[in-house]
Amino acid sequence: MDKIIVGLKRVVDYNVRVQVKSDGSGVETDGVKMSINPFDEIALEEALRIKESGAATEVVAVSIGTSESQQQLRTGLAMGADRAILVTVDGDIDPLSIARVFKALADKENAGLVMLGKQAIDGDNSQVAQMLSAIWGRPQATFASGVTIEGDSARVVREVDAGLETVEVDLPAVLSVDLRLNEPRYVKLPDIMKAKKKPLDEVPLADLGIEPGPPIKELKYAAPEGRQRGVTVDDVAGLVAALKDKGLV
Amino acid sequence: MTKVLIVAEHDGSALNPSTAKCVSCAAAIDGAEIDIVVLAAATADIAAQAAEIDSVSRVLTIERAENEKSITAVLAPQIAAIAGDYSHILGPSTTFGKDLMPHVAALLGVNQVSDIMTVENSHTFKRPVYAGNAIVTVEAPEGSTVVATVRVASWQAANGGNSAAIAAVDAPAELPTHTRYIGLESAASDRPDLQTAARVVAGGRALGSEEQFGLIYQLADALGAGVGASRAAVDAGFCPNELQVGQTGKIIAPDLYIAIGISGAIQHVTGIKDAGTIVAINKDEEAPIFEVADIGMVGDLFQILPELIAAVK
Repeated sequence: MDKIIVGLKRVVDYNVRVQVKSDGSGVETDGVKMSINPFDEIALEEALRIKESGAATEVVAVSIGTSESQQQLRTGLAMGADRAILVTVDGDIDPLSIARVFKALADKENAGLVMLGKQAIDGDNSQVAQMLSAIWGRPQATFASGVTIEGDSARVVREVDAGLETVEVDLPAVLSVDLRLNEPRYVKLPDIMKAKKKPLDEVPLADLGIEPGPPIKELKYAAPEGRQRGVTVDDVAGLVAALKDKGLV
Repeated sequence: MTKVLIVAEHDGSALNPSTAKCVSCAAAIDGAEIDIVVLAAATADIAAQAAEIDSVSRVLTIERAENEKSITAVLAPQIAAIAGDYSHILGPSTTFGKDLMPHVAALLGVNQVSDIMTVENSHTFKRPVYAGNAIVTVEAPEGSTVVATVRVASWQAANGGNSAAIAAVDAPAELPTHTRYIGLESAASDRPDLQTAARVVAGGRALGSEEQFGLIYQLADALGAGVGASRAAVDAGFCPNELQVGQTGKIIAPDLYIAIGISGAIQHVTGIKDAGTIVAINKDEEAPIFEVADIGMVGDLFQILPELIAAVK
């Protein structure tokens, strides 16, 4: 396999407790720490390991967004990606259009694998890998917690509700990765310096011939209904009594 | 006219309760006529179960040897082939539906609405984002098919007692062979299924070891409960991954959830927000789990658990 394309999305850091804006137009992102979507970081780590094992020759990190996403791509380059492509868009872009971007790049780069996180922790959609599989006409293996490249195919262990499912997919294919696939490496300072010299190309969305379709419109954001803190009990007898009170034991 | 097609989830013989939950969601759309499609190698038993669900008009079957295992690249083109008759196509937000439905959506050239919590009208829905820390009202475009997953923890299963018509349908589609099912490793157990159990006992990192996690199973068995776990407990190898509850694991809504030695990270709490009663047992009185617990108890779980197991037996 020649190349692996990895998607890196810029999202609100997973440690941030997000706040809904008072006008309901979205969540507060001003002054909030932004990071690579944690699942995407795991996808990149796996791609790097595949390359290090000799099964691929190049890892290309891709992000879709405004120029701010350069930051996440630079982090990806520091982790070890060989080069990066930022597909620039003005605002939000819908998952199907994102899948079309990856299709266009997979064709152009002749990629053997496209690796994505199983979901982005902002929209929690979990759609792009599956959509890419559909429009690319290539296999998908989602929620991967184990990946073994075996020549022209990959054996993938998937975390499904019933347990661990194993599938074999012909390459090229698209994988979406789950939490337990690996633990991403830490970036060292010299790597950050080196990453500054690695190529990062910007490509406007229109140059890929993609016209975003009608999105699912977001009408209003609201805070979820909260749960109230309840009673505290001192001992097991009190706990059992409280449960009996509610008819639960 | 609103015609909803629901893709049945099953294990080859039994219908998954997620299907009846999708029916409840579909029935919340005004004037919806609801069909269920069963794709399997042998459809008769599964279709018979689907036909019992209230509000269902017809159960369609697509029986092909290739449908023995649920491989999205095989199932999706068949669903797309019969999609033309429908305004909505729904599947559950289980790993089955999450894997399948976006692929179906893309074949139809539309985006997907993920995790419907409530139906506002035929094209407007509420869904969670940011690990449930925000709820967004979304509107799918008029004039194209609505493809969506249904957040199963938000919906009660529709009742039984119906006897809908069952009909085999043709779904002409070329099926790929590029994806092959190898096997499933499952920690088989007689305990109630985590996603549908009325009671769930869950353990966290504080259990300390796989052996000590056995206390969670003991309490669960004493209560007739399913077993869950925090990500930390799964990552530490105390229990299998399919027990993980939270944003990236299972989203559940049991009547009773007992969280033991779980600190209550946002990502975990999002998986239990809809539980009836949450009980938290934790050594750390500052643990965030207490902010959402209806009944809290501060103390050493290794002292509390044996006592509690004895008390509820």
